[in-house]
Amino acid sequence: MIEIAKYVKAESLEEAYELNQKKSSTIIGGMLWLKMQKKRVGTAIDLSGLGLDTIEETEEEYRIGAMVTLRQIEQHAGLNALTCGAAKESVRHIVGVQFRNLATVGGSLFGRYGFSDVLTFFMAVGAKVELYHRGIIPVEEFARLPYDRDLLVRVLVPKQTQKTVYLSQRNTKTDFPVLTCCVCSTDEEVRCVIGARPARAVCLRDENGILKGGITPESAAAFGTYAKEKITTGSNLRGSSEYRSILTGVLAKRALTAIASMEGEE
Amino acid sequence: MQIELWVNEKKISADIEPDLLLIDFLRKQGCKSVKRGCETANCGLCTVFLDDKPVLSCGVLAARAAGHRVVTLEGLQDEAQEFGAYIADQGAEQCGFCNPGLMMNAIAMFRENPDPTEEEILEYLSGNLCRCSGYEGQMRGIQSYLAYKREKGASK
Repeated sequence: MIEIAKYVKAESLEEAYELNQKKSSTIIGGMLWLKMQKKRVGTAIDLSGLGLDTIEETEEEYRIGAMVTLRQIEQHAGLNALTCGAAKESVRHIVGVQFRNLATVGGSLFGRYGFSDVLTFFMAVGAKVELYHRGIIPVEEFARLPYDRDLLVRVLVPKQTQKTVYLSQRNTKTDFPVLTCCVCSTDEEVRCVIGARPARAVCLRDENGILKGGITPESAAAFGTYAKEKITTGSNLRGSSEYRSILTGVLAKRALTAIASMEGEE
Repeated sequence: MQIELWVNEKKISADIEPDLLLIDFLRKQGCKSVKRGCETANCGLCTVFLDDKPVLSCGVLAARAAGHRVVTLEGLQDEAQEFGAYIADQGAEQCGFCNPGLMMNAIAMFRENPDPTEEEILEYLSGNLCRCSGYEGQMRGIQSYLAYKREKGASK
């Protein structure tokens, strides 16, 4: 069980950042994962008073505050219209409504967890994170960085025309995923993100031009084989590396096939 | 540290430890409907409303609830009694330990979506675990309650 010596509701991002430079300090997001750890926290820094609990829409992007809950993502009409419902699909299997009313986007992303549905989704849709100290960087780059004491302020989702499909494989409903897959097809490229490998999500692009003639049953299958070969997976109690590799190919193929049928409906 | 919050519409001031969880705070206030289940934020037994949204009180610091409104099953007596009768009528549970959490989340669902489909019910209540039943009784109870509400609405 976590022990907290001092609780501070930050009054500014600057205050939160300064307090967080101390090794014993911890930013508390939804606190759901944090509370599972056996840890002594000197100062628990709460960002809930900084107005970061809203999703703002501009002409170019959706600006999602770090304290926005997963339930807000699930229910946001604009974000779901943009991503063909993938935003909802990426979070709706996470435990239950009560859990998703607490779990935050910032907490889910900053941890860059190896089981994360949220990281998989935001990476695939080409989102960026706004960090207090480092500035704005793509989620894909952020996922490769080591942990530091920066603050995640917002997630920025570009309003890019897209077809997006989110799939996950779970041993039981509401459990952690065995594997996650999100494919986002834009005018420029196809991004296939595989997460819960069980390691930080990674993005695969069509570097060999497998899909350059369009998504057909054959090219989708070929890309699935390519994804299976290129993406490294590991084992844990939910599944073996071998199983995850097979799933990688199957989910990538299924997601592409679903995107092709969306295109066919237009 | 000092906090002030509303529990079932009653303003409460208290001196608490920074790591006190909302579930423990509420039980100390006499809200014994809030049950300790898994303590891993998975089972839904400790569901309460925080500013009208269902949350797991084992996953919230009491300090974070400061300045907010918390409602437990004790604060929803009329709604709970009406709905609970339908759950009881179906003999939906054995031990009943999961019942307060299920009631809270079901009431949250009825408020958000007064006429849910079976699929929507299953999805909304997927965060409420019951280890005695196969959820069939609860589902029948919910469906009967919804039918009663529809009938009541139609007769108005």
